Amino acid sequence: MTEQKERELYFWLRLVREFEGRVSMLDKQGKIQGGVYSGKGQEAVVVGVCHDLRPDDWIFPLHRDLGAFLLKGADPKRLMAQIFGRREGFAKGKDSFLHGGDFSHCIFGATSMLGSTLPVAVGSAYKFKIRKEDRVAIAFFGEGASSRGDVHEAMNFAGIYKLPVVFVCENNFYAYSTPNELQFAVEDVAVRGPGYGFKGDVCSGNDLHSVMKAAKKAIDRARGGEGPTYLECKTYRYHGHSEHDRATYRSEEELVTWESRDPVERWEVYLEKRKYDVAAIKAETAQRVKKIVDEALAFAEASPWPEGPEAMEDLYAMPIPEE
Amino acid sequence: MQVTYIQAINQAMHEEMARDENVLILGEDVGILGGAFKATEGLLEKFGSERVVDTPIAESLIVGAGVGLAIQGMRAICEMQFIDFISCGFDQIVNMAATLRYRHGGQASCPIVVRGPCGAGVHGGIYHSQNPEAWFFHIPGLKIVAPATAYDAKGLLKAAIRDDDPVIYLEHKFLYRRIKEEIPEGEFIVPIGKAALRKEGRDMTVITYGSPVHAVMKAAKDMASEVDIEVIDLRTLLPLDWKTIRTSVTKTGKALIVHEARRNGGIGGEIAARIAEELFDFLDGPILRVASRDTHNAFATPLEEYIIPNQERITEAIRKLASY
Repeated sequence: MTEQKERELYFWLRLVREFEGRVSMLDKQGKIQGGVYSGKGQEAVVVGVCHDLRPDDWIFPLHRDLGAFLLKGADPKRLMAQIFGRREGFAKGKDSFLHGGDFSHCIFGATSMLGSTLPVAVGSAYKFKIRKEDRVAIAFFGEGASSRGDVHEAMNFAGIYKLPVVFVCENNFYAYSTPNELQFAVEDVAVRGPGYGFKGDVCSGNDLHSVMKAAKKAIDRARGGEGPTYLECKTYRYHGHSEHDRATYRSEEELVTWESRDPVERWEVYLEKRKYDVAAIKAETAQRVKKIVDEALAFAEASPWPEGPEAMEDLYAMPIPEE
Repeated sequence: MQVTYIQAINQAMHEEMARDENVLILGEDVGILGGAFKATEGLLEKFGSERVVDTPIAESLIVGAGVGLAIQGMRAICEMQFIDFISCGFDQIVNMAATLRYRHGGQASCPIVVRGPCGAGVHGGIYHSQNPEAWFFHIPGLKIVAPATAYDAKGLLKAAIRDDDPVIYLEHKFLYRRIKEEIPEGEFIVPIGKAALRKEGRDMTVITYGSPVHAVMKAAKDMASEVDIEVIDLRTLLPLDWKTIRTSVTKTGKALIVHEARRNGGIGGEIAARIAEELFDFLDGPILRVASRDTHNAFATPLEEYIIPNQERITEAIRKLASY
């Protein structure tokens, strides 16, 4: 890896953390209506999986993957406007962050029925395959969603047709409050991959190197016609399920243990070992990401609210007006 | 050309798949078998297995993959082997497909058709006889069509495939081989959103769709000496062709709604409410409904006959309304 690449990866880790941190702060200040689902602690997953995707690859993020939007090229300004429910957001105010994608950057908006995007990702991958397009679909889901029937139906189909799709399971050990031992009777949920006829792989979702290595293998496999991968990234969310969840169902010790494996600080340690001027890199990066987030926030706050009657727009591509 | 209702459906898919290489079909047994009712017969041989996909038994996948294909510029026909199984794909229809454009602020379109055999009268029992339109009638973003003739079956399916929004296409299995009619050889489309005035009349409007259209037409003929009935075949249920209903009820002053779906929470209730709200001044009698009784689609012949609207119940309702 070149120094430039290593620094770029650090920039992305920092940008995701800064952006999400600002959103959490704005939520505490009562400036954001609706749920905020922080991915703090899980940044290495979205950075490691998305940093090397091509513009025409599709991603199907989950509710905690704000960072994936940024990595895939979504305009931070519009992303913030989306979170604010403003007209310049992707959904033009019709829903909050996670449900409106950005099609110009091949980003799909999820529904709240987690795991429901997997059949859609698989349908897209089927088209890539039959039209011999050199593209992949990346479907993110949590270990909680792994229990849903949609996930099974999608994986089974993807296995049959060896589709160019990577199923990225962000296993952060809690589905809202429900711990893994109440979610499934296996240690690694990726063991299910071979049951669908493809590879299951487990990586450390807090270690950018580990995610990048596993993701590259999986993406190469998809591009090479070798079919899907069940890629499980073990990670941890520092915040509750959403900002209003105080997460009392887990111990302080457990949280601190994971904080000591922080993916951003870990990358800083790596940069230090590479003998770069980390203090300078940190200062420069902090300034850079702050500027982006400040500008995004200013844009969102200046963006107008939609007018009430706009609630009736965008229902149909071919509306049939009543005569 | 004389065709049955199901042959018309089959023709529509053959023609649309030949016309547009982006059209494909996903469903259980649609390829090798040609469909449980032979609706997809000959498609696999003609268009190959990439476009005629025998899926696993997975309705949520069938619809969800259809959405995934739609966002990549394809047009998927998603077959439910029986429309009853649409419940297993419910979430993908109402929360994924119907909201897709809306929640993306107009960036996305979702051209999929979810079609399958609905309806009773063939001793299908609880899980092979249902009429699910009311489940979806409540959902903005969807369109629902329900043809009663071979002509409409073909024309509406072609329109549904070309439509850029998700369309639920309800084909009544009782009509599959019982209806045979002359249809034009060449290309034709039946536009979504337009009802058909099947018969003009002065005394009352009967609003219906699907299989009961034929029983209503028979009643109109048989009772011609007693009452002059106007018959509207809705064809499209969502959105309703309110203009046609309004024009007719304003003229006749009486409305009877006949559908095979259950009465409680059925589409007839919405039509009745709208007539009451907007056309109250024109009404000369109560708005009546004939529908399936509010129970499950029982199997034994006497039970099924008791449940679904028959000629006698339609006649009775017409007489009752005529008495006002």
